[in-house]
Amino acid sequence: MDIIVCVKQVIDPEAPPSSFKIDAASNKAEMHGAPPVIDPYGEYAVEASLKIKEAVGGKVTVISLGVNLLREVVKKPLAMGADQLILLEEEAFIGGDSRSTANALAAAIRNVGEYDLILCGREASDTNAGQTGAGIAEILGLPCITLARKIDAGDGKLKVERVTSSGYDVLEVPLPAVVTVSNEVGEPRYPTIKGIMAAKKVEPIIWKPADISVDDSELGTGGRRAKLQRLYQPVHEGKCEFTEGDTPEESGANLAQKLREAKVL
Amino acid sequence: MAEYQGVAVFVEYKGDALLPISLEGLGAGRKLADDLGQSLSAVLVGSGIGGLAPQAVASGADTVYVVDDPLLKDMPADACVMAMENVVKQVKPSVLIMGQTDTGRDLAPRLAFRLGTVVTMDCVELAIDPESKRLLQTKPVYGGNALAVFVSETDPQIVTIRTKAMTALEPDSSRKGEIKNIDAGLDASAIKTRVLDRVVEEVAGIKIDDAGTVVAGGRGIGSAEGFEQLEELAKLFKGAVGASRPPCDNGWIPDTVQVGLTGKIIAPELYIAVAISGSSQHMSGCSGAKTIVAINKDKEANIFLVGDWKKVLPAFTAKVKELLAS
Repeated sequence: MDIIVCVKQVIDPEAPPSSFKIDAASNKAEMHGAPPVIDPYGEYAVEASLKIKEAVGGKVTVISLGVNLLREVVKKPLAMGADQLILLEEEAFIGGDSRSTANALAAAIRNVGEYDLILCGREASDTNAGQTGAGIAEILGLPCITLARKIDAGDGKLKVERVTSSGYDVLEVPLPAVVTVSNEVGEPRYPTIKGIMAAKKVEPIIWKPADISVDDSELGTGGRRAKLQRLYQPVHEGKCEFTEGDTPEESGANLAQKLREAKVL
Repeated sequence: MAEYQGVAVFVEYKGDALLPISLEGLGAGRKLADDLGQSLSAVLVGSGIGGLAPQAVASGADTVYVVDDPLLKDMPADACVMAMENVVKQVKPSVLIMGQTDTGRDLAPRLAFRLGTVVTMDCVELAIDPESKRLLQTKPVYGGNALAVFVSETDPQIVTIRTKAMTALEPDSSRKGEIKNIDAGLDASAIKTRVLDRVVEEVAGIKIDDAGTVVAGGRGIGSAEGFEQLEELAKLFKGAVGASRPPCDNGWIPDTVQVGLTGKIIAPELYIAVAISGSSQHMSGCSGAKTIVAINKDKEANIFLVGDWKKVLPAFTAKVKELLAS
């Protein structure tokens, strides 16, 4: 089974919110003092791909799009057990929206040629858009299942459990298909020392727009349909009180008393 | 783009009632339509659902388009995309609003790409730019650390809205509206994904979405047994138990009660967060609560503290019991 996983490098979503800053001039965000990471949602997609590879065999190719991609970051999926890494690393690829990103990834996937399954995270932790997977499916004319928590492959088709607000749906889809993966699929494995050593030796394949036969007008700002007009940090208004007490037990009782006085209780 | 006119809302339902999020969509859509001086339509998709149309009129729609087809029973995603593509091509709305629901999350991006336009997911605010007359679409990004305002350059301008972020109109059964049928135009051979089963894992008792009080636990609870203590407190408040992501990932409590950006977004009167650090992604799910109480021993946690929950909680629960009894 040939599996392609799309994962991006993002600012660390687990860093404390106090280190989150926005540069108003460029409309860009950063986590001050925290290095970038592989998108946690994408990591679940990598984990799902490795589970399928263990079950039915195959090859896992990872594609990442962006600029200033730190090799130790984007190589993490290799260290976890992926076989190949393709980087779409060029200014022309960035500055767009979900549409231009899906255009580039779909063109790269076409260029890879052989694929049975394409996996993405359910959304990226920076844009929280949740569109790239669906977009790739539409561009390539493939069926798409979102929010997977379990994927079983066999007989040229997939059985997928899709997370819903009240439980899950069990769906069946013929291959090739696109599936976006939710965190319920299970914690991503830690890279082993052996995996990290092996990943060091792998040279990523780097593709420019011309390599994947895609026109600049489809990429980055040229291919975008949504314009980011403003990016800002909301101001949270509200009163915050601390409940005191000589012991934790006393604080607990005081808290109940306070809620009664505030008529919440 | 001028040929696209009016605001449309994709309306969802459960049983014989429209979903609250769809009524909120109609409320928001009504205001946008009035600002544009254009009309508001509702789109009902499914099988045997024509009877729901008057509810959409009562909640603000001028026209209800009903797409009724046996193949749309249970709303298979592939069929829904096709049906909605057909509706948009006929109705040509300038704005299309959907809910950030199980269906909306799946349908909206696929529809947008198929139509060659774009969608902004999970909007918390919608407004018409007074000059350009384009839709200003505000959505949380970076796990809730920031808000982004997007403007679509193509029509229809598609958005999904976050639950409880917009206000529904008071239903008025004397409102008049037109009900029109639209053919689904389905190609059965293009339905690739089959629904084998729909599994409901409802937690017993009051649903977290409807509860006035939610007692939620985080990583620090440490075990399924720990959640039993939260259960006891929740019962006193006639509320429900929730959790941040780690307890769900660890199987201490079902995934369906996860509160956060990728779980449930709730707005109870009282939210009691026990041993939850308060990541932005979690706070996105509970910041609509009127009062938030946090019990946490970590002073650096993003939500404030009282102390070690193992000591605070029993004393708190006992005192609540006493006060409620008095």
